Amino acid sequence: MKKITIDPITRLEGHGKIEIFLDDSGSVENVYFQVPELRGFEKFSEGRLAEDMPQITQRICGVCPEAHHMASTKTLDALFHVDPPSPSKKLRELFYSAFYVTDHTTHFYILGGPDFVMGPEAPVAERNILGVIGKVGLELGGAVIKARMQNHHIIHLLGGRAVHPVFGLPGGISKGLKEEERQEVEQIAKDSVEFAKLSLKVFDDIVLKNKEYVEMIVSDAYTHRTYYMGLVDEKNRVNFYDGKVRVVDPSGKEFAKYAPREYLDHVAEHVEPWSYIKFPFLKNVGWRGFTDGKDSGVFRVAPLARLNAADGMATPLAQEAYEKMYATLGGRPVHHTLAMHWARLVELLYAAERLLELSRDPEITSPNIRIIPKATPDEGVGIVEAPRGTLTHHYITDERGVIKKANLIVATVNNAAAVNMSVKKAAMALIKPGKKITEGLLNRIEMAWRPYDLCLACATHTALGQAPMEVIIYNSKGELIERLGH
Amino acid sequence: MAKLKLALYWAASCGGCEIAQLQIGDKLLKLVEAADIIFWPVAIDVKYKDVEAMPDKSIDVCLFNGAIRNSEQEHMAKMLRNKSKVIIAYGSCAYEGCIPGLANLFNRQLIFERAYVETPSTDNKGKVFPQTNCKVAEGELTLPEFFDTVKTLRQTVEVDYVIPGCPPEEKTTWLALEALITGKLPPKGTVITHNAKAVCDDCPRKRDVKKVKKFYRTFEIIPEPEVCLLEQGLLCAGIATRGGCGAPCPQANMPCTGCYGPVEGAIDQGAHFLSAVASVIDSNDPDEIQKIINDIHDPVGTFYRYSLPDSLLGRARIK
Repeated sequence: MKKITIDPITRLEGHGKIEIFLDDSGSVENVYFQVPELRGFEKFSEGRLAEDMPQITQRICGVCPEAHHMASTKTLDALFHVDPPSPSKKLRELFYSAFYVTDHTTHFYILGGPDFVMGPEAPVAERNILGVIGKVGLELGGAVIKARMQNHHIIHLLGGRAVHPVFGLPGGISKGLKEEERQEVEQIAKDSVEFAKLSLKVFDDIVLKNKEYVEMIVSDAYTHRTYYMGLVDEKNRVNFYDGKVRVVDPSGKEFAKYAPREYLDHVAEHVEPWSYIKFPFLKNVGWRGFTDGKDSGVFRVAPLARLNAADGMATPLAQEAYEKMYATLGGRPVHHTLAMHWARLVELLYAAERLLELSRDPEITSPNIRIIPKATPDEGVGIVEAPRGTLTHHYITDERGVIKKANLIVATVNNAAAVNMSVKKAAMALIKPGKKITEGLLNRIEMAWRPYDLCLACATHTALGQAPMEVIIYNSKGELIERLGH
Repeated sequence: MAKLKLALYWAASCGGCEIAQLQIGDKLLKLVEAADIIFWPVAIDVKYKDVEAMPDKSIDVCLFNGAIRNSEQEHMAKMLRNKSKVIIAYGSCAYEGCIPGLANLFNRQLIFERAYVETPSTDNKGKVFPQTNCKVAEGELTLPEFFDTVKTLRQTVEVDYVIPGCPPEEKTTWLALEALITGKLPPKGTVITHNAKAVCDDCPRKRDVKKVKKFYRTFEIIPEPEVCLLEQGLLCAGIATRGGCGAPCPQANMPCTGCYGPVEGAIDQGAHFLSAVASVIDSNDPDEIQKIINDIHDPVGTFYRYSLPDSLLGRARIK
């Protein structure tokens, strides 16, 4: 039996490794997507002060610290039984919308986009952000950089720091928005809406008008019929900051809808001895292994899952884009993993529109941004939608507010089982006995995990784009027979 | 002049240091003019085997971020030390162990039990734990070994310079990169910042000599906007933390938590912070002092938030 090792793939936060086992004929026997890292936040959170958790847990990920900061801050509201004043909730959501604009932009243009803009089998040296800029023009390249920088400015303005913000507190936030800052935010929001519209047009021109790409998107190699999860508002529309978690089954029918505090009734995590990552599944369906369909508890999160789990978008232009996507791909739910790129752009437009709405909210410059909690803390759960999926924090404290137990189900982890399945299915469809394993073919395998945006170190990929990847093929005696650079 | 050969690597880290390196924005172009980046796993296509093949000392400068949490990271630290003329600990994890270094209050077994068995969402009746070598139906799979103790880069290999911060602020990063580009490096061992004095020196809040009768937690009071936070009873680490960051946290009405590490000359940041806190207590009565101190419920997480692995304490003894 041959083994193909893809190690390291480094476009994820930490390290990742793919092992592909081939049988004697050269067909794929099995595939393992391994995560070789663990830091143990759930343990060393014990003994910490609850109010320090937004700043502690965001060190899980410096690429999306805003998501942990916000999930943790909301957990503190629940823990201390305090309802923050309306302006502070709106400012948190404003901050979070700006974060979404930066994060989704990075993924589309720098990580996922190059595969489509340049083509899956384009030369490695071109299949990156520089190639994208070369093809779509410097003007758009400049717009990408501007959108990221401007929205990072909003994060800094409210959060206090550009990376690892500090403003979250139980009962509100530590810093508000002045009128002249609000005007600046409003202008950035207007620019961001235009940028998001332009991004959808780029997707339309480059991807949707290319028959080959559309065929690849809807092909079976990149399709899994799973459950989907996402946060929705009271009208079942997508919401990133607040609401209930809705789960739909593979036919799109509502399977569950729960408040954050009920998460343990719905989600459980499976452990495998070959990876440090755990594999969440729907408790009321059960773990049936790495398989899809209605009888398997495997579910998916992140942009496409959120759109599948909702009835629509809360802003007008994003709603139009949402309808167009489902009309084109044959209705909701869409099971094609590669459509996640499209869904991400629909969300980019929503985030920008929501940012604009909030920047014009009459309450947004109110100084009423904090309430001092008075109740005794005990237990709290907080959920937000991180760009990479549903993010759950759960803390139990003593009466002083010192953490006794913490549990975290991190966004990307929810997709762990599905990522394994996606990579395996793509590998099985693409690697055939006697067929030469080329770099382009390997990239098509990588394209099966790339849409999930695996808590990748987003902005770090701006330089040259391509993940270093090496494939080593061994024969059944464990002797190296071929080494392929990527 | 030949272009500088630069390598960037991450070990046990969050990715925030990479974002911080990119925050220098258009100065990146100046960097690329002066230096060839020959290894940066997150951004360019150079593989481990390529680094292994490089002659010793062929990398001019390596910026290393992240702590040493497992065997793979230790291996990479040692290899990069051999290949690099200068190695710089970039960011708090490489420098002091940082927040993930609080794991040294526990050990591998306790961390594994919490993560893989005890957590209420985990369904693992068979108590399966990740294994360094695991036989599956098709063959064998391996994982790096998770260590009991988080180590800093300096505890693993010899380090030439330090760039502090979680993550380093943009101006600190650029201060160091500019020194590299122009070849005007400070004496070996320097912690590179704009200010070797305390964060207080950067902070616009007014300090008096006011002492406190009570320490408050951040959620308990809304601080006055222009007065020193420590003098308002908030445990602000600015007094025992190296400056150069510009004091962004106190300016967002939140206390400094100490991410730039100890001030010049202090060996143990936590001990320094603790003695500074003791000196602002407004009492000479032992019972009253005890009562005031009893309000500090998490001394390790407060005083050693970023520096436990690098401190005189290092780790907790697990019975």
